[in-house]
Amino acid sequence: MPKDGGIGASTKRREDVRFLTGNGRYTDDINLRGQAYVFFLRSDVAHGKLTNVDTSAAEGMDGVVKIFTGKDFEGVGSIPCGWQVTDKHGQPMQEPGHPVLAQGKVRHVGEPIAAVVAETLGQARDAAEAIVLDIEELPAVINMKDAVKDGATKVHDDLTSNLCYDWGFVEENKDAVNKAFEEAAHVTTLELVNNRLVANPMEPRVAVGDYNRSDGEHTLYTTSQNPHVIRLLMGAFVLGIPEHKLRVVAPDVGGGFGTKIFHYQEEAFCTFAAKACNRPVKWTSSRSEAFMSDAHGRDHVTKIELALDAENNFKAIRTDTYANMGAYLSTFAPSVPTWLHGILMAGNYKTPLIYVNVKAVFTNTVPVDAYRGAGRPEATYQLERLVDKAAHELGVDPIKLRRQNFITEFPYATPVAVEYDTGDYVATMDKLEEMSDLAGFAARRKESEAKGKLRGFGVNCYIEACGIAPSNLVGQLGARAGLYESATVRVNATGGLVVMTGSHSHGQGHETAFPQVIAEMIGIDASMVEIVHGDTARTPMGMGTYGSRSIAVGGSAMVRATEKIIAKAKKIASHLLEASESDIELKDGAFSVAGTDKSVAWGDVTLAAYVPHNYPLEDIEPGLEETAFYDPSNFTYPSGAYACEVELDPETGQVTIERFSAADDFGNIINPMIVSGQVHGGLAQGIGQALMENCTYDSDGQLLSASYMDYAMPRASDVPFYDVDHSCQTPCTHNPLGVKGCGEAGAIGSPPAVVNAVLDAMRSGGKDVAHIDMPVTPSRVWAAMQG
Amino acid sequence: MYNFDVERPTSIADAVQAMSKEEAQPISGGQTLIPTLKARLAAPSVLVSLTGIEEMKGVCMSDDGRLCIGGGTTHSAVAAEAAAHYPGLASVAARIGDPAVRNRGTIGGSLANNDPSACYPAAALGSGATIVTNSREIAADDYFLGMFTTALEEGEIVTEVKFPIPQASHYEKFIQPASRFPLVAVFVAKFSDGVRVAVTGASNDGVFRWTEAEEALSANFSADAVAGLKAEGDMISDLHGTAEYRAHLVGVMTKRAVAAIA
Repeated sequence: MPKDGGIGASTKRREDVRFLTGNGRYTDDINLRGQAYVFFLRSDVAHGKLTNVDTSAAEGMDGVVKIFTGKDFEGVGSIPCGWQVTDKHGQPMQEPGHPVLAQGKVRHVGEPIAAVVAETLGQARDAAEAIVLDIEELPAVINMKDAVKDGATKVHDDLTSNLCYDWGFVEENKDAVNKAFEEAAHVTTLELVNNRLVANPMEPRVAVGDYNRSDGEHTLYTTSQNPHVIRLLMGAFVLGIPEHKLRVVAPDVGGGFGTKIFHYQEEAFCTFAAKACNRPVKWTSSRSEAFMSDAHGRDHVTKIELALDAENNFKAIRTDTYANMGAYLSTFAPSVPTWLHGILMAGNYKTPLIYVNVKAVFTNTVPVDAYRGAGRPEATYQLERLVDKAAHELGVDPIKLRRQNFITEFPYATPVAVEYDTGDYVATMDKLEEMSDLAGFAARRKESEAKGKLRGFGVNCYIEACGIAPSNLVGQLGARAGLYESATVRVNATGGLVVMTGSHSHGQGHETAFPQVIAEMIGIDASMVEIVHGDTARTPMGMGTYGSRSIAVGGSAMVRATEKIIAKAKKIASHLLEASESDIELKDGAFSVAGTDKSVAWGDVTLAAYVPHNYPLEDIEPGLEETAFYDPSNFTYPSGAYACEVELDPETGQVTIERFSAADDFGNIINPMIVSGQVHGGLAQGIGQALMENCTYDSDGQLLSASYMDYAMPRASDVPFYDVDHSCQTPCTHNPLGVKGCGEAGAIGSPPAVVNAVLDAMRSGGKDVAHIDMPVTPSRVWAAMQG
Repeated sequence: MYNFDVERPTSIADAVQAMSKEEAQPISGGQTLIPTLKARLAAPSVLVSLTGIEEMKGVCMSDDGRLCIGGGTTHSAVAAEAAAHYPGLASVAARIGDPAVRNRGTIGGSLANNDPSACYPAAALGSGATIVTNSREIAADDYFLGMFTTALEEGEIVTEVKFPIPQASHYEKFIQPASRFPLVAVFVAKFSDGVRVAVTGASNDGVFRWTEAEEALSANFSADAVAGLKAEGDMISDLHGTAEYRAHLVGVMTKRAVAAIA
């Protein structure tokens, strides 16, 4: 049994007490003396030339402090993109400017054109309505394949076309891949859409800018997953503020799911306007604004092919994907369909030859960037749908076909540049078959049929790559940032610890899980450890939380810093115990001399460090505080197998999820309860994508799913009681905790299982439908069954 | 929201008087109007709140055996108080929106708004109800004139709704997954002299009676009687369902409503 509060304990989340009792402190809870409010006047057309922005009538209105337009930002930097992809010809991607407020043109519905700062939000909004806009409408570019045709209207006049890049991976493999297809005994082809999603964190985005004239320091309070990244991007590239004059604070954040990674115009605006107006400026996004200004997710259109030999071995995979960038390049947008997608295309299978082509396209839509899983769900969906389709074409069992092609020896170097350190795909599939009671499925199907319903069973496997690293590699791939993480561990005189981490918790439970690691390492109670995060003034430069990296990278940094602490504490203990340092052992919060009953408590050592009366001052400094930066040598590779069982009403097309089983391998686990919660949330989002969520534009670029009246989020009643297991554990070999990360697995691994199950249900009703696109709505299912 | 004045009359007469002001807009539970105001899509100068008028609230049986519901009665009150008299109608009220909507929204407000996907219009039309206003009585068949359109004149207020009580009734609803309004819902009421079938959510013309189904069911009240029928009309086509799908669902929901009764 794990020690209570240590590694492996399902400690209840300490932060939940404040979240659930209304004591969280979110950015919107921050109200500064003298603060003014900003309302953004946003474009209601998708594409147009701004011929006139007349603010003269608005400026004299009640409460108006100042009105800003694109003119005020002419000398100000562009919102930067954090990743430069190189195309298949070795050329850098096309990278348009991204203004804080529109300059001369609007390129998507929701793009900010002007900003009114006023005493109240109502006054700001009144004045915004008095701004006279003349927009000469241009044809909207919405469909990606149309956007890259010759003669298409250009989203950006200064670019050569709407093609951001045409990426081939691995370009050198292309001929060999094509040859394998020519020689294949069977080729399975699938065309599909990975539907555009809106992340919809419960807390909308908020920014409060503040400027202190007395010392010239700017402070931005913002709903961010990575305050240091915002400080660097905004300070260095947009506003020209050095880091020592810019503090970014991301306090409690109510969910991010990727969309709060990115640097947004509103953050730069509030920081800029606070100085220009000499008073704090606050913006709180409405839900309607969130739909048209938060970066969207997914939106790929893909053709994928699988070549098999006569024995059903996978020989080659070839893909052709169009990836929507939207109107501008959001912070990490170019990396999502490339380095977070192409490198995953081997999945769990030993396919020797793979070629991935991705065309990233500009359209007159909201920018698209990382959303829970980011590229990996897109890879998993197409691959696992393809494998299922191949199984049915070949008349073999889908699980058997998967098992036959599993990678079984590790480390395994894929043909798409990455090396999986560990995994056991047979073990997770074995576990899944046991959990999902496959043997009882036939009886359950009969029960459904007695009610006039169809029942289907679908599986998929997944591989994830978390904690993207190392920095020198990602730099070669185009990242304009490092991907290490930092931690400072400060031990106080009386023995308590404060960990200042560069990771950021926005629902993940770091405040509970991180102390469990330290408690285990030192042998003290976890309540003696406090986590500080989300403030550039209080934490070392860190890269934040996304890509399921926090425990694998941030946790490792914390371990490294704590190891330094323990090493120094042992020196102090050896002095106090008058013993050789090599004989000192740390166990259960006490240092002892091996083989003796001499010992000194943790608190005695920490006190000695700060009250160094009896202390080896000639050898070591007083104090007990250490910092570590951890840069991993490789990604981690969580994996698993998921099964979904659906019931389908053939009269209405309604699909309900009756069972969902998830067998994951996350390596070692710090807090099993938190891990289960992460999987549950991921599954809800994956099921939401598969069955309900769909961000849709019309051909004029108007957002049709612009509110909860039309954008369907999964609710508790839409998801089943999940059966999750993470007992299959192949620890990561290259980080000190042997952990892999679990935040995105559920969202990555669930959509194909749902769709595979729906198609299985249809087949049982005599309808052999080759494919159905997500979301699998009742209307679509019914239409497919009429065919 | 834009600024507006609020009047809170305590009698129907005072409400009618208040409604005579320029740009006056009645508000009952506000479940549609408040979001509309917040989105700045309406700019009334005066909001005349009908929630303080006691004579417009409550559920009772009239001497002629009709269930009378005050226009200002909330859905939750109807769900509770109509259950003993007209369970089919109480069940409609109990399934509108969520608890917050049911505790604020009123039957008069819903019928005056006549959202093409609202639940109450189907119940009123399917029951052959009479809509009582401050000046007259309007048969449901003459009241619903199309999407968001009714026979109400400017300033006219729905004060009461009188429901004949059928021998049996059932409301079968297939929800739109985002808004949870009906994607298509059908109210079937079986009276001694025939069957009424009202459909909401499906048509660009708003709530309508499916007369073919009524005839078939009046002759033979069984699910089989409507099995071969297909609803015709100008069906809504949107993100959530094609026109063809909605037309199909009209049949399925009708069949299921009948099956639930029979």
